[in-house]
Amino acid sequence: MNAPASASPVGALAIVEAVKLYDQGEAKILAVDRCSLDIPAGEICMIVGPSGCGKTSLLNAIAGFHGLDGGSIHLDGHMLCGPGRPQANIGPDRIVVFQNGALFPWKTNIENVAFGPIVQKRLTRKAAREKARLLMAEAGLAGHEDEYPGEISSGLRRRVEIVRALMNDPAVLLLDEPYRALDALTKSVMHEALLETYYRTGTTIFFITHDLEEAIFLGHRVVVMTARPCRPKCIFDIDIPHPRDYGVLTSARFRRLAAEISAQLEEEALKSFARGEKEGGVQ
Amino acid sequence: MTAEIAATATDPRTFRQSLSRRPPSLLANPSTRRACIAVLAALMFWQLGATSDAWLGLRPPIIGHIPSPVAVLEAWRLLLGDPGYWESWYLSFTRVLMGFAAATAIGVPFGLLLAVSRSFRGVAFPVFELLRPIPPLAWVPASIIFWPTQELSIDFVIFLGAFYTIVLNVLGGAREIDPRLLQVARSMGASRWNIFRRLILPGVLPSICVGMEVAIGITWEVVVAAEMISGGGSGGAASSGGGLGFFIWNSYIGGSYPDIIVGMISIGIAGYLSSAFVRRAGARLTPWLAIR
Repeated sequence: MNAPASASPVGALAIVEAVKLYDQGEAKILAVDRCSLDIPAGEICMIVGPSGCGKTSLLNAIAGFHGLDGGSIHLDGHMLCGPGRPQANIGPDRIVVFQNGALFPWKTNIENVAFGPIVQKRLTRKAAREKARLLMAEAGLAGHEDEYPGEISSGLRRRVEIVRALMNDPAVLLLDEPYRALDALTKSVMHEALLETYYRTGTTIFFITHDLEEAIFLGHRVVVMTARPCRPKCIFDIDIPHPRDYGVLTSARFRRLAAEISAQLEEEALKSFARGEKEGGVQ
Repeated sequence: MTAEIAATATDPRTFRQSLSRRPPSLLANPSTRRACIAVLAALMFWQLGATSDAWLGLRPPIIGHIPSPVAVLEAWRLLLGDPGYWESWYLSFTRVLMGFAAATAIGVPFGLLLAVSRSFRGVAFPVFELLRPIPPLAWVPASIIFWPTQELSIDFVIFLGAFYTIVLNVLGGAREIDPRLLQVARSMGASRWNIFRRLILPGVLPSICVGMEVAIGITWEVVVAAEMISGGGSGGAASSGGGLGFFIWNSYIGGSYPDIIVGMISIGIAGYLSSAFVRRAGARLTPWLAIR
């Protein structure tokens, strides 16, 4: 199940001509318009774009939280949603880690982590806890097993949440600005921890962010989305070899990429700003 | 944001220790000392006011017309040996417990059903909202008519007092559950039953506890009035005990004014004890809230 990065055959995501409409009073709003994107198995794909552009709509459609109004999404060759099936099933092969975190506050950290396999009846309670303890130790969470999420820092909480997601052996991790609320220092620790985890599991990661440095530092590719309606404007290959460490932040190549991407992003941000779109206006 | 960074920087275990560290001595704590002084001053004021007729020859309003704390203490000392007084405690406590237990046993499932089933809510909530503004005490005469015993009619009125509060808290609590938690649970493959048992139930538990804590306070307000109105239920005669509410009323009728105050204080103590008990039980059930 925990295939190493190189041999990971699962997690290829294909988004084909996806369309998502929202009702806003009388009017329909086009949140995602004929958006196509191929993410090969085992890639870290970073999605950046102006606030409220519809990135999260795309993520929700992949997760199955809502349906599409056109187009299709495929995972490893099967159609998650598309013609004849407007909404993907929600399932443990695609786990979302949210912006503000969604740990169960009444469960201890280890109970949170062990939750998935227990409710899926894939593992016994005991086996699930054993596996959870192991994964938590690997993620530097040893000693926090029996504490409640409310007792640990927000950085550690986010780490618990990612471990909880990985317990389900997902084909794709869907991260929606998971580190937004963290301070810069904690964030950089989280980035290195995420990469470390990634090098172990090789899980495909679909990662929405507003933080350009984060996008370049973590991603194999950075996809800049247009202002609403959302579709890829341009895609940057980040040709900095993995494994990466924080040293790359100061390299000339990193700076050059940052400048190029930010120019593209700014163009879209200005468009969206000029139209007076609210942050998170479309959920 | 700054708080979050600070919490990140501190080791969570020492952080928790510093939260739960107790002050070295009760009286060394300035706020406790101030509270003690304030209570003593109030008692002194009461004593002086209540006895001012004897040594000043004038009666200030209100305070000049009630028994002094010394007289109350003396009356209390005598009552402690009176089985009728203790029976009043017993009777009121039994009524509160009956009504409260029934309100919890029916109110919690009722509130949960309202929260999870749209169709049930559509049918039951309008009726609930129609009945809710009627104060429990307004039900006393009607409930004496339709319950076979007076005891049951008092229990019923107490039940009503607690029921509405518990139901509303359960419903509100269920609405406050973060929808993302439900999404996450579903995406990890939790069944409907799992979501109910592992998410809705623990998610609502804090609100159930708060509802119960408020409700037990209301039951004491209701029991006293219900006993006064209904004439004390089965107990009947004065010192044979008709509950603490009836005890107060009876002391008034009988003209033993210090006993009125004893009854009032007794109800205060009873209410405090039961609230404290419910709060303790609630804290035990929701350990994750203690650390916030």
